[in-house]
Amino acid sequence: MKWHFSLLLLVVKMNSKMQHDITISVQENDFSVAELYQSLTENDRLNGAVANFVGRVRASNNSSDLDTISSLSLEHYPGMTEKSLFKIAEDAKTRWPLGKIIIVHRVGKMFAGDQIVFVGVTSPHRKVAFKACEYIMDILKTQAPFWKKETSSNGEQWVDAKQTDNDAALKWL
Amino acid sequence: MTIKILFFAQTRELLNCGQLEWPLTDAVSLSELKKLLMAQGEQWKSVLKTDLLCAINQTLVNQTSNTTEQQINPGDEVAFFPPVTGG
Repeated sequence: MKWHFSLLLLVVKMNSKMQHDITISVQENDFSVAELYQSLTENDRLNGAVANFVGRVRASNNSSDLDTISSLSLEHYPGMTEKSLFKIAEDAKTRWPLGKIIIVHRVGKMFAGDQIVFVGVTSPHRKVAFKACEYIMDILKTQAPFWKKETSSNGEQWVDAKQTDNDAALKWL
Repeated sequence: MTIKILFFAQTRELLNCGQLEWPLTDAVSLSELKKLLMAQGEQWKSVLKTDLLCAINQTLVNQTSNTTEQQINPGDEVAFFPPVTGG
């Protein structure tokens, strides 16, 4: 009886750990990389590698100054977005030995230079951390339901999906 | 019974429609549902024949498998949208 009880406790503990290791946030507000780094590393002395990626709003999509982007509006599919990001993080954890994963993606209106997305992962060693970070971004780019609309001197325009992003995601299949 | 159909981004703008409650008593395939929606008019036809992504109950339909045979049941949530551009 006692043995059953401890086994149950162990299972509960494992489940809460799995949830705790993945943090997903879809938000309008900006984020602090320093605070997210703190969340990734606090109380952890085993994972020696931390890899972060931050995506920002570009002022232009080409070298011409005529096409300057003044703002960006990001739409998403509430509910599916969070599920999709969580699944991408879970898949990364099945591929590599990872500690924590944090994904933050902003929605709403943003301006050139603003931060859009943060992906942070921890792992015992750097190669895995780099790979997992790249994997999460590549899959996010082609599967997470976000859409960008740019406002430039030419007016408003939805951003087209890029074949290079599809190719980047395909290499992980 | 009904299904909820959602449209996002450019697809929503072109159709001038973000959400539909569509009557459905028996399961249909994704391709059958698309045909029913396209029958609503020329604009629906031209928008839905483009290369859209689809999600059923908030899970992306795998484009490499035989997606047209994917079943939709009463009570499901279906969404159509252009290729995603986040990150």
